[in-house]
Amino acid sequence: MHLTSLALSHFRSHKAVRLTLDGRPVAIHGPNGSGKTNLLEAVSLLSPGRGLRRAAADDLARRPETLGWRVVADLAGAGAAHEIELRAEPGASRAVRIDGKAAAQVALGRLVPMLWLVPAMDRLWIEGAEGRRRFLDRMTLSFVPDHGAATLAYERAMRERNRLLRDEVRDPAWYRALERQMAEAGAAIDAGRAEAVARVAAAQDAGGAAFPAADLEIVAGGGSRGSGPADLAVALAEGRGRDLAAGRTLTGPHRDDLAAAYRAKGMAAAQCSTGEQKALLISLILANARALGGAPILLLDEVSAHLDPDRRTALYDAICGLGVQAFLTGTEAALFAGLEGRAEMLAVSEGPDGSSIGAG
Amino acid sequence: MSADRLEELIALMARLPGLGPRSARRAVLHLIKKRGQLMAPLAQALAEVAASARDCVVCGNVGTQDRCEICADPRRATGEICVVEDVADLWAMERAGVFKGRYHVLGGTLSALDAVGPEDLRIPQLIARLGEEEVTEVILALGATLDGQTTGHYIADEIAAAGVAVSSLAQGVPVGGELDYLDDGTITAALKARKRL
Ligand SMILES: Nc1ncnc2c1ncn2[C@@H]1O[C@H](COP(=O)(O)OP(=O)(O)O)[C@@H](O)[C@H]1O
Ligand SMILES: [Mg+2]
Ligand SMILES: [Zn+2]
Repeated sequence: MHLTSLALSHFRSHKAVRLTLDGRPVAIHGPNGSGKTNLLEAVSLLSPGRGLRRAAADDLARRPETLGWRVVADLAGAGAAHEIELRAEPGASRAVRIDGKAAAQVALGRLVPMLWLVPAMDRLWIEGAEGRRRFLDRMTLSFVPDHGAATLAYERAMRERNRLLRDEVRDPAWYRALERQMAEAGAAIDAGRAEAVARVAAAQDAGGAAFPAADLEIVAGGGSRGSGPADLAVALAEGRGRDLAAGRTLTGPHRDDLAAAYRAKGMAAAQCSTGEQKALLISLILANARALGGAPILLLDEVSAHLDPDRRTALYDAICGLGVQAFLTGTEAALFAGLEGRAEMLAVSEGPDGSSIGAG
Repeated sequence: MSADRLEELIALMARLPGLGPRSARRAVLHLIKKRGQLMAPLAQALAEVAASARDCVVCGNVGTQDRCEICADPRRATGEICVVEDVADLWAMERAGVFKGRYHVLGGTLSALDAVGPEDLRIPQLIARLGEEEVTEVILALGATLDGQTTGHYIADEIAAAGVAVSSLAQGVPVGGELDYLDDGTITAALKARKRL
């Protein structure tokens, strides 16, 4: 799947932008603050979730007007075409329409898998588990479109259970009723994540050597547990006492972590150099795209600038070889040397009336 | 009559579901124009129902007696009780005309976040009815929402102890917590294909 057109109105720094795209990678260059990441963020919202900055709908509206915003995109590929429209009125949450019909946000996951790498993820391997879990869930969503719905169902049930815990409610039947639903959704989450890790691992093995292979492992948070619905239900029931004391649920997929190791060196990702950590992430994203047969859209924000020329060439060759629509950003056109003719080049600049985009 | 009284009436009408300030104003104007044929009989009917309406002491349905018509009808003592969230759901089931037993209206669903607990939902009354009415099967007709399902599991758990069969309207039918919006055919199919829990 790839975008054939993208229109932004009153979205962050973009007052009115309309792009027509041909499916090749898109290399976007422009000075700092010109609106490159904003453009990628708009694309990221075509996937379930809050996008690559995890922003609230209101922050996305162009200031100072804050009239609300709109993103319209056409998707094509695999013999299908869809139109996605996102919009948010001031103070309201994001509304989704697919092919002219109102749709739930999770339905976006069925249209196009999307993966991204942004500068904030540079510290992914050394910071808290939350970021890694989010990375794992984005990979999982690309393979298992229902992963978003399972996550939502799990979190809803857990919010209810956490409220019971905080209110020190002791009615076991009420806990059992919620834990059954958490167990069902949680088992689906576990299965999806395991599938994603297995498929990415398999695709890495088949990959080249330009980016280092990583060994991935899902680490159960809050103590080890089985992952079928029955096991999870037992773990939740057994954890009730401890959870009551803590006022929240301490075991389950919402506490899991993703561990990665640089395979050739047998070194945990957190112990690798900054450059190696980044290379590991790129390698995982490329393996993920390979496992999907070139179907996903990739958003690679400021990735090129941090690679040496050889690695940069290897990345561009990999992207073009996969035939994925990758959106790449950088401050200078020179960073995209070697992509001429193989990618669409766009130049973003900051004008008096917001960001403007032209052929680069 | 002062204009204030009129405005008061419009404000009251605007609180009805489906009416807003503008449509309430239109409705009141219409009533005043047709005050002989429509407004006076409506006012009388409203006053009478307001004086006699009550919740059925057994099932929570609304009626004009202590026991609603369904609970008072011996032919509806089939041993089956259909549990619904709201009176609107009961009416939807009745409209479909397939269910021959009695009902139990919970008056909501369990929700920790909204501070609705089992004691707020007439669940103890349901348990009490199991023995009193020789109930053989409880059919849960609750929404496929988190709260609807939680309530269903909770009731099934409580009833299992009493040795009464529990079933649930067929999964896969779009019971989004609003049985009221389903057409009769869908309700009939969901009841026929109900699943034992
Ligand atoms: N809601 C908004 N309304 C208007 N401008 C915004 C909004 N949010 C961010 N910006 C502006 O967008 C610019 C940053 O754009 P960004 O896409 O991150 O730049 P870069 O090209 O460096 O990636 C900043 O100048 C910021 O002030
Ligand atoms: Mg940027
Ligand atoms: Zn009754």
